[in-house]
Amino acid sequence: MNAEQQLTVNMILLAGVVITALWTVMTARLVYAVIGLAVTSAVLTVVIFMLNAPVAGVFELSVCAGLIPAIFLSAISVARRLTPQALVVRLKEQARRFWPLPVIVVLVAIALARVTVAAPPAAAAGAGQQDVRTVLWTLRQMDILGQIVILLAGAFAVVVLLKESKNG
Amino acid sequence: MGNPDMFHVFGVAALLVLIAGLYGIIASRDLIRTVIGVEMLAKSVTLAVLAAGYFANRVALAQTLAITIIIIEVAVTVVAIGVVLSLFKHDRSIDVRTVRNLKG
Repeated sequence: MNAEQQLTVNMILLAGVVITALWTVMTARLVYAVIGLAVTSAVLTVVIFMLNAPVAGVFELSVCAGLIPAIFLSAISVARRLTPQALVVRLKEQARRFWPLPVIVVLVAIALARVTVAAPPAAAAGAGQQDVRTVLWTLRQMDILGQIVILLAGAFAVVVLLKESKNG
Repeated sequence: MGNPDMFHVFGVAALLVLIAGLYGIIASRDLIRTVIGVEMLAKSVTLAVLAAGYFANRVALAQTLAITIIIIEVAVTVVAIGVVLSLFKHDRSIDVRTVRNLKG
């Protein structure tokens, strides 16, 4: 794939990410919003693979496109289903609140198409060849400790929040 | 490594997803939608970090940072959903207007 083709493919994929993100935020039904979130993550995963980052891509696909939508769906299943009348009201309210968003996005995209952002300076050739496991276990050991602490804190918080009260 | 024009495209896309997430947080009255907005912000940052790493020829470092972002995203989401469910148990609603009367 030459540079021109790669740019075209990336632009199509990134447009897909932006469109699915807009749909996720704007859609009236919560279930559709969660499905949109999963689709956004899936398209983003393809972009991440195009950026030669397969490890991050696997995390994005399994966690953001799999686990997080499942958590959202389990939370939504607790709520009641909307009646057809309530859904019509929700659709109108959603349209009234969110119509400026696509306009803002298009205007910002047009404005940014006229300016140029410089790419960050490239590191020496050797730095880019490092293996992600080497970086994770040698340079970023504190990140792993932080991740463990965050996950434990999250699990503890969920246990505390969802603990059934003895008084009912 | 890609050409500099491509970095511009990635930067614009990340910014547009960031705007969508911020707008979702500001405009929605539904707490679950607010959490979905926060998710969008995390996706935007993940995209920006990985694009910067790719163009700076530091893909491995960018991947480790992206993994950290994803793990923080999961923890934030799970705790936020826990808070939303607790509020729903208490008020039978996930509308932000019903939690205005929160007292310390």
